[in-house]
Amino acid sequence: MSKRTVIPFGPQHPVLPEPIHLDLVLEDEKVVEAIPSIGFIHRGLEKLVEKKDFNEYVYVAERICGICSFIHGMTYCMAVEEIMKVDVPARAQHLRIFWSELSRIHSHLLWLGLMADAFGFESLFMQSWRIREKFLDIIEETSGGRVIFGSCKVGGVRKNVESSAMNAILEKISRYEKDIMEVSSVFMNDSTVKKRLCGVGVIRQKDAFELGAVGPTLRGSGISSDTRKIGYSSYGEYNFEPVIEKDGDSYSRCMVRVRELRQSIDLIRQTAGKLKDGPIEVPVKGFPNGEFFARTEQPRGEVIYYAKANGSKFLQRMRVRTPTFANIPALVRMLQNSSLADVPVLILTIDPCISCTER
Amino acid sequence: MALFSMLRTNLRNLFSKPATILYPFVEKPVYPATRGSVEFNLQNCIFCSLCQKKCPTHAIEVDKNAKKISIDRLDCITCGACVDACPKKCIEMTSKRNAPSLGNPSKKDLYTQNA
Amino acid sequence: MIENQELKIIDISALEEEVSNLFSGDSRMVQISCAKIDSTLELSYSFDKDGKFQSLRVVLPSDVPNQVPSVSHIYFCAFLYENEIHDLYGVDFEGLVLDFKGNLYRTQVKTPFNLPEIRKEEAK
Repeated sequence: MSKRTVIPFGPQHPVLPEPIHLDLVLEDEKVVEAIPSIGFIHRGLEKLVEKKDFNEYVYVAERICGICSFIHGMTYCMAVEEIMKVDVPARAQHLRIFWSELSRIHSHLLWLGLMADAFGFESLFMQSWRIREKFLDIIEETSGGRVIFGSCKVGGVRKNVESSAMNAILEKISRYEKDIMEVSSVFMNDSTVKKRLCGVGVIRQKDAFELGAVGPTLRGSGISSDTRKIGYSSYGEYNFEPVIEKDGDSYSRCMVRVRELRQSIDLIRQTAGKLKDGPIEVPVKGFPNGEFFARTEQPRGEVIYYAKANGSKFLQRMRVRTPTFANIPALVRMLQNSSLADVPVLILTIDPCISCTER
Repeated sequence: MALFSMLRTNLRNLFSKPATILYPFVEKPVYPATRGSVEFNLQNCIFCSLCQKKCPTHAIEVDKNAKKISIDRLDCITCGACVDACPKKCIEMTSKRNAPSLGNPSKKDLYTQNA
Repeated sequence: MIENQELKIIDISALEEEVSNLFSGDSRMVQISCAKIDSTLELSYSFDKDGKFQSLRVVLPSDVPNQVPSVSHIYFCAFLYENEIHDLYGVDFEGLVLDFKGNLYRTQVKTPFNLPEIRKEEAK
């Protein structure tokens, strides 16, 4: 029984994108246990619901996270619209899908860059982010902001995308697709990448189910579960299947995200074909009264917004359960019996977005 | 066994133009829809204070007696709620970005109506 | 209407049995949340199976210390949600598999979402 040391993997670390604290119990370079501790950027956003009325809260909900910001705003709007029984027009629903898939592409490209940085492949990191810049330019051209879109509201969307602009965007995306194929082929085939990722952090299928994992963590272990299939916001009219890989190690989770990138480009092409003329918003009158659980699929997994209202202009309770919060038990299980040099790769493989986790 | 798969891309990047622009000597290109800053045109303003009520960060202050409107540039989040709320369409969202504040804690811009 | 969601209000004593039935039926645990409405606490347990969503609800009074049986021996992922509710609302769970004893969230004020209300007394 050798001596055990405790190393704090602190809130500040060069490889972490956001602050999370882990106490690692080590026995000679092997991690025996990991104890998480969160709360460094708790901003009290759930309590702000009592001060800002339900229309103004969209601006706060979008700013919970910077990477997945549009889908937070969209899920909040869906929760309030279901309580008030508002029918969103079809053009607004398809435009919301268009922006959601662009948001998913930019988030996965960001994650690919951070993963390459975690095992030291700096030039691949820079190349992924270079392609991401071009997608951020598309987002700025259609909605006004690079990261915070500001284009969703209760009852529809705020900005329209004309068909001529849509055709120009599709042409640009076809050109960028060649660059994306080049970058993703390095991730899939290079032998140095495979040596760092294959066989590291294995979660078996039964464990992934019991640990409550969501998103690519769940789909990389062979369970077919994608919240987009329940058909919210006209996703039922689209043709796609959840992306599954069987092995359950970090390489399969990376493959799930690369294949989802290509699937999102295909979904954007399907959106352009389904857009028809019509209004983009409906007027909303009155105050909400009731409760609802709204679920959508963020790039990191399944997010749930629980809203409860009692007839006044402030909501009574709003609770957000983000996908990174649900993946933390899977992270704790993965870190047991791993070696110390693999800890940054394992933390990044669940795609931590800590500012979502502690609102 | 694929080794050195990035080599061709790296050599191509070495001998071509950099992807970054030399800010501050070159301005970043903006689009017509970019949310840069909010501008007031007080010719038709009736001082109803709807913009002040709808602003989520309380950045706009309306003084009806002196016929002045002030906006704090550091509080404004360029969401566009005031643009949608104004009944006389006096507020416009322009693509010009705000200048930096250089250490001041607040940066108020004052607009006066010349009657 | 996006989807039909079921909500069942149950008693504390029936909680473990209902959760075990859902576990043997291969449902995935989605979340546990708590809401303070006037002077009651509502605990909601949510489960999902192939896209069908259902929730169980337990209603507790908010001003007395509460004891709720933990479900973390059935679903392991519940330990994180129950620790969070214990830190923010002050509800005690018996039989937690991995207990942080109040150290998961580092807040300055204990149980910040369930503070006792202070009322001004009428001067006689």
